[in-house]
Amino acid sequence: MVFLTRRAVFSASHYYWNEFWTAEKNRQVFGRCANRNGHGHNYTLEVTVAGEPDPVTGFVVDLKWLKDVMEREVLAAYDHKHMNLDAPEFACVIPTTENIAIAAWKRLEPAITAAGGARLSRIRVYETPDIFAEYRGPHEQVFVRGVKDRGEA
Amino acid sequence: MKAYFGRRYLLSASHRLHTAAFTAEQNRAAYGKCNNEHGHGHNYVVEVLVGGAVDAETGMVMDLVKLDETVRARVLDRFDHANLNLDPLFADRVPTTENFCKAIFALLRDALPLGELEHVRVEETENNYFECSLGG
Repeated sequence: MVFLTRRAVFSASHYYWNEFWTAEKNRQVFGRCANRNGHGHNYTLEVTVAGEPDPVTGFVVDLKWLKDVMEREVLAAYDHKHMNLDAPEFACVIPTTENIAIAAWKRLEPAITAAGGARLSRIRVYETPDIFAEYRGPHEQVFVRGVKDRGEA
Repeated sequence: MKAYFGRRYLLSASHRLHTAAFTAEQNRAAYGKCNNEHGHGHNYVVEVLVGGAVDAETGMVMDLVKLDETVRARVLDRFDHANLNLDPLFADRVPTTENFCKAIFALLRDALPLGELEHVRVEETENNYFECSLGG
């Protein structure tokens, strides 16, 4: 099994806001990210696929094909867009880095699976060089639910 | 649904790779220039990856501010601008980056909710790094 990763960069704006909370609670939990006028990032999207190299080409997948899929499925929807306002999946879901990683998986997985061969293995979304979220697919469940640091805010 | 959240931190520390179990010659042979008597230092990058359910209300795996506070209290305040050899954790262990990574993993695992710490990666330089994970 070989893992192959391709990166792409997109620039987008967003804000964090839970409609069921008061403005005060939103500001308390999300801090500066709750600014309703939004703010932006240069995101880095990392897509990892897993498979065996083709015996003829030596490719796990064709990198140009993967680039095209990433541009068509993700960058066309997110690059130079406002995540909350332009991407339908974030109409009711807060576009945190975690949720962007999950949404990118949902956008990419059908096209990669349909092509046969390699499978989608991992999505990483870097919000800044020092902050990232990762999603490895719906098969991974939380086996120990941590509660100590949740729901207190 | 499980997702992961990662954060990178910087700390600067000195160390010397040397073990009392070896002769001076054996230490030089095993550790090379890292055995220099007066030590040397690195800008370490500590990457912390936590995994868990994405909270339905916040959209977050873990509050970044709380993670920062935990890493600061347990790791950065202790090791940043310190000599690793003088820390009690390394009284009987050589502060290789492997052992440093294991120590940081244990300190954070004990401070975070059960099962949330997925891995710790410590980059000693741009060209080498070490990882400890939950299963390891």
